[in-house]
Amino acid sequence: MAVAPESAGGKSGGLTGWIDQRFPMTKLWKEHVSEYYAPKNFNFWYYFGSLALLILVNQLITGIFLTMSYKPSSAEAFSSIEYIMRDVDWGWLIRYLHSTGASAFFIVVYLHMFRALLYGSHRKPRELVWIFGCLILLLLMAEAFMGYVLPWGNMSYWGAQVIVSLFSSIPIVGQSLVEWIRGDYYIADATLNRFFALHVAALPLALIFLVLAHVMALHEVGSNNPDGIEIKKHKDAQGRPLDGIPFHPYYTVKDLVGVAGFLLIFCGVIFFAPAFGGLFLESPNFEPANPLQTPPHIAPVWYFTPFYAMLRAVPSFAGTQVWGVMVMGASIIVLFFVPWLDRSPVKSIRYRGPIYKIMLTIFVLSFVTLGLCGLKPPAGIYPNLAKVCTVLYFAFFLLMPWYTRFDSVKPVPERVTQHA
Amino acid sequence: MSEEVDHSRRRLLTAATVGTGAIGVAFAAVPFLASWQPSARAKALGAPVEVDASKLEAGQMLKVVWRGQAVFIVRRVRGIIDHLGDHDGMLADPKSDDSMQPDYIKATGAVRARNPEYWVGLAVCTHLGCSPLGAFEANNAFQVAGADLGANWPGGFYCPCHGSKYDLSGRVFKSMPAPKNLTVPPYAFADAARIVIGVDDAAKKA
Repeated sequence: MAVAPESAGGKSGGLTGWIDQRFPMTKLWKEHVSEYYAPKNFNFWYYFGSLALLILVNQLITGIFLTMSYKPSSAEAFSSIEYIMRDVDWGWLIRYLHSTGASAFFIVVYLHMFRALLYGSHRKPRELVWIFGCLILLLLMAEAFMGYVLPWGNMSYWGAQVIVSLFSSIPIVGQSLVEWIRGDYYIADATLNRFFALHVAALPLALIFLVLAHVMALHEVGSNNPDGIEIKKHKDAQGRPLDGIPFHPYYTVKDLVGVAGFLLIFCGVIFFAPAFGGLFLESPNFEPANPLQTPPHIAPVWYFTPFYAMLRAVPSFAGTQVWGVMVMGASIIVLFFVPWLDRSPVKSIRYRGPIYKIMLTIFVLSFVTLGLCGLKPPAGIYPNLAKVCTVLYFAFFLLMPWYTRFDSVKPVPERVTQHA
Repeated sequence: MSEEVDHSRRRLLTAATVGTGAIGVAFAAVPFLASWQPSARAKALGAPVEVDASKLEAGQMLKVVWRGQAVFIVRRVRGIIDHLGDHDGMLADPKSDDSMQPDYIKATGAVRARNPEYWVGLAVCTHLGCSPLGAFEANNAFQVAGADLGANWPGGFYCPCHGSKYDLSGRVFKSMPAPKNLTVPPYAFADAARIVIGVDDAAKKA
């Protein structure tokens, strides 16, 4: 035979064979789906990765359709949203899918990250999986912030004003940097227009690229599991992990159950409480932007409130309030270092001692409390509560090299365990 | 001629090519980055505005828009002007050393105005840019956004976002989220009560 490369893609012949000789279709499918061996002991916490992917697709599709009716100009933006809500057929559904999707994205991503802290999914050799994930979180925050400005309601306007002003606290270049970001002397048409461009084109492209990198890095090293042990240590004669099962059909089917459960809640919110009591869509945003009238109480959307509370918790000092901005920035940057801060000899919480369990509980409680403080006006007990929780938040990360080393550990099994 | 590859020469040429390319990329980035600067139209709309404050009664406040930002013009009563220096001890920056204002405003001390009767300043909190409210009565006890301004309140401005308080010259009190006094824009008097905001000298206005 003169033509040999047919063996490369598996089956020859037919359309599949024709494509496989020109594009690695079957090869990619096998590598990433049908012959990607994932540990057989995944539990509830492993739903959130595929759910995040589902929400990303939801945001992309609904977003594309929203741009078809939305006008990114300060004169028309607010009324074009009203137009989508009232006059476009099913426009309300497309918009609520998008706005609820934003909040759902953060719920799912926060739970996905919590899973990593539970089972040590950020530990060697998965540091890059974690770092790509942290970059995704950062981009997601930028994406969500700019998306929130687009309806050009009064909260959009003043939220943008407050967040963009954060950059003015940077010494020397701050003021001109803010002018450069806004493209005007105030939050104006130019600002809205460029935020629109970033929100619908630049950031989604970067997000898709990072999600691909996240999944490719994961598939290179293989998934972690609730026991935090490497299934690649024990392989059968064909080189397949003994404790691994093909992602498809086993986990595609399992994830479908997660999808069904998620959609049940997601649709419930969309149909019965799309504003979610002012948490997902804030009431001042139902008024058009008014540069002369700040809403009486500015609070960001719920998913930013823990970080906003940390910003507010730090008082201005030496004539500048850059310290609060630095603390808020550090609260995200510190995440990137977690794979190296964690010095425990075991990965999973199942085999860690009591100190890590206590610290993780304190961390989760302080994060939730910070979120609550960020929603409330800075009066009464909230400023001091936020200060305490900011210290606890950072204590979890910065003390990690010590408490993970001194913590007791239980013996780790050779093979994954099943809890029936 | 040797058949051997001269690796050091190849490395040098590669580095030189990459370096030249990088400089080219840096130059090519300039137009894109510069396109984010305020455009010629935005700059034109940032021209000075002239305000007639003659109809302002003592104790009243006017909000005008300059460069898209609200500007306060407050007509202060005599009794307040005379006591502006009394509470310097409660202020974070009583002499406005760390704050932004033209030099001729800073030179006026506690008054912070060209004409003590009219105070002009940006309605932009120096914390995070919210718009403060006027709360002029001394010992203000009424609730502004749930915050009691307290018995020592000499009257001034209150920012509803994060609770910063300023006096009637826009000077910030101690231990507030805002680090600086309210910014005073350049302005000049065209005549007794006609204020031109955005220029240092009314005769030279654009």
